[in-house]
Amino acid sequence: MLTPPSETVKDCVVRGAGETGKLGGNERLISMRRTTYIQAINEALREEMQRDEDVFLIGEDIGHYGGLFRVTRNLLDEFGDRRVLDTPISEQAFMGMALGAAIVGMRPVVELMYMDFTLVAADQIFNQIAKYRYMTGGLLKVPVVIRGQQGGGKHYGSQHSQSVDSLYAHFPGIRVVAPATPYDAKGLLKTAIRDDNPVAFLEHKMLYFTRGEAPPPEEEYLIPLGKADVKRVGTDVTITTFSYCLHQALEAAETLAERHGVSCEVVDLRTVEPLDTETVWESVAKTGRLLAVHESYANCGVGAELVARAYEEAPYLLQAPARRLGMAPVSIPVSRVLEAEVLPWKEEIVATVLEMTGR
Amino acid sequence: MKLADNATKMGTAEDPAIQPNSEAAEASSGLVTPASITTDVLPSDSATDLEVPALPTDLLIEMYRKLLAIRLMEEALLAAAEEGQIGGAMHTAIGHEANAVGAAYALQRGDYVTCTYRGHHHGLAWGMDPGRAIAEVMGRGDGFAKGKGGSMHFVSPENGMMGGNGIVAAQVPHAAGLALASQLRGEDRVAITFFGDGALFQGVMHETFNMAAKWKLPLIFYCENNRYSEMTPIWRTSSIEDIFLFPRAYGMATMQIDGNDVEVVHAAVSQAAERARSGLGPTFIEGITYRLAGHMAGDLETYRPPEEVEKQEAYEPIVVLRSKLLTRGVDETAIAGIDEEVDNMIDEAVAFAEKSPWPDAAEAYRDVYVDSAFRDG
Repeated sequence: MLTPPSETVKDCVVRGAGETGKLGGNERLISMRRTTYIQAINEALREEMQRDEDVFLIGEDIGHYGGLFRVTRNLLDEFGDRRVLDTPISEQAFMGMALGAAIVGMRPVVELMYMDFTLVAADQIFNQIAKYRYMTGGLLKVPVVIRGQQGGGKHYGSQHSQSVDSLYAHFPGIRVVAPATPYDAKGLLKTAIRDDNPVAFLEHKMLYFTRGEAPPPEEEYLIPLGKADVKRVGTDVTITTFSYCLHQALEAAETLAERHGVSCEVVDLRTVEPLDTETVWESVAKTGRLLAVHESYANCGVGAELVARAYEEAPYLLQAPARRLGMAPVSIPVSRVLEAEVLPWKEEIVATVLEMTGR
Repeated sequence: MKLADNATKMGTAEDPAIQPNSEAAEASSGLVTPASITTDVLPSDSATDLEVPALPTDLLIEMYRKLLAIRLMEEALLAAAEEGQIGGAMHTAIGHEANAVGAAYALQRGDYVTCTYRGHHHGLAWGMDPGRAIAEVMGRGDGFAKGKGGSMHFVSPENGMMGGNGIVAAQVPHAAGLALASQLRGEDRVAITFFGDGALFQGVMHETFNMAAKWKLPLIFYCENNRYSEMTPIWRTSSIEDIFLFPRAYGMATMQIDGNDVEVVHAAVSQAAERARSGLGPTFIEGITYRLAGHMAGDLETYRPPEEVEKQEAYEPIVVLRSKLLTRGVDETAIAGIDEEVDNMIDEAVAFAEKSPWPDAAEAYRDVYVDSAFRDG
């Protein structure tokens, strides 16, 4: 059973904020259509494969089956089995092969069926792909995209629900992208595929069937990596987040406004590496309060990093101690009651903001 | 010495622990072979029925220069390490040279190679400059990777050398990816990957065997079998005696050859490359060789008796090729002339590296990311 998306998720593209809705320098608002997150990713893959014949897909069950979550559906039919490669269950080998193909100019997009399998292919990802350019003194580049879904909320338990954003962000040499909306997913994935650096593109299983506005496929757009997007404007507290937590934060902000009179500004980081602190500080300059929320562990996480940087780079902006909120330091349990207990969902965000504002 | 005595004894296969597999191994391989896992077998005892055509003398002389350049560079590097000029782990290929040189001359420009942290010989065989190579190992600014890769990461894309690797077997799927790129693009290029016998026991090796065989990738798996996984003799770790039986399980063509004879290596790699280029898929070549120096600079070598090393010295690549040249009519004086020439060349290379400046400190922060966001955007 799919968890029904919340209302906020359904209307996740908040207009009038950031550069979303605008096409490059073109101010013309495009007539939008509603698409799912999965469709958006599928379109991005398709368009980039049409655009550049060096782009190919490799992973488990992605071709004939169309991907466990149907993200690569119909791509085998359109591009053939030399562009969409079904592999054995050999994450280390196909991750290493992606490196080999990339260093001679191909642009592999690797699907990890669950981002948890990052840990299976860890040597190839962190010791090889992330370091290869550096170790070769810049002689080679590794334009590999590693994509797949992460996160909890669907009761998959400890080895199929982890969020690996902080893990990826710990290693230099690899970009980390975690879009929260169909619009962002498409624009960011197209950019990621064209980027000459390795990119971890972290999708979220709770977002796959959510809908949002996106331009029709013929209207091409790209979203640069490292640009956060203000998804809700507010004055009292800045909440930074990304991926599925964005929607939890937006719901929390709604509750806080309606029931407690607290106005939250919600900043969607969109990419964790590079981290757009400039946009965050601009927001904190206005609110004086920072809460960094994400689904990966709070301990040593992206939020810890952002809070530390706030104290290092912009302590004068803070009117109250900066806080972080992430998953509890346990493995993810299966039972929906226990799972909800350890994930940093809406109620916890609301409670933390109330503590910070003293209301 | 106790360990070493034991090694010799075990090498003669008196240990019941390695007996149960041997009959089955022979029966299924169809070859009567010296066990690949005994430490005192000689490279020339390898069981090959490969036809080995005589190479032109000029080519053999060129290969002799390469063998010697590698050997002298390795010796110079060991001396420099002893003087404290080289930090970290440095693994020399003394005794392994023919595997790289024979293979490099059998392949074409445009083909790819990946190798291990014992990769100095591949680097030079594939055309890297010894001066810049030594500078890299010393961490100097003129190193080909500006001192960031060092001994374990020899790389020279313009020569097809796509990288050595510090992690055992990690370079193997990289070569499979290079071969895949060639196959997807409809190119004629093949990839060769070098690894040691110890790499056979990494999971990614078997994953890659399977995928390369299934996809018929234009790939050559070249195992430099020196019978030691670092300091541990292979009979302590391998479940079977003939390691080429592993790739056979994946349906792959295999050859066991004398890895110390450049002509044999050349013939084997030529045949494997031809198979790869004609779409017949990967070949596994097991080159029986022997590491004459320690696993790394500073290795105490307590795991093998000096007699074992002495016995192998008579069959090492330079001795083998030198006697071959003499048999083919090249005279002692000509060889001595080459020796002197190569010796001077390596002396100059060492001097170049020693004079090379340290990298600028700012270099530490470069090459983490590609600056340009897009390839063509």
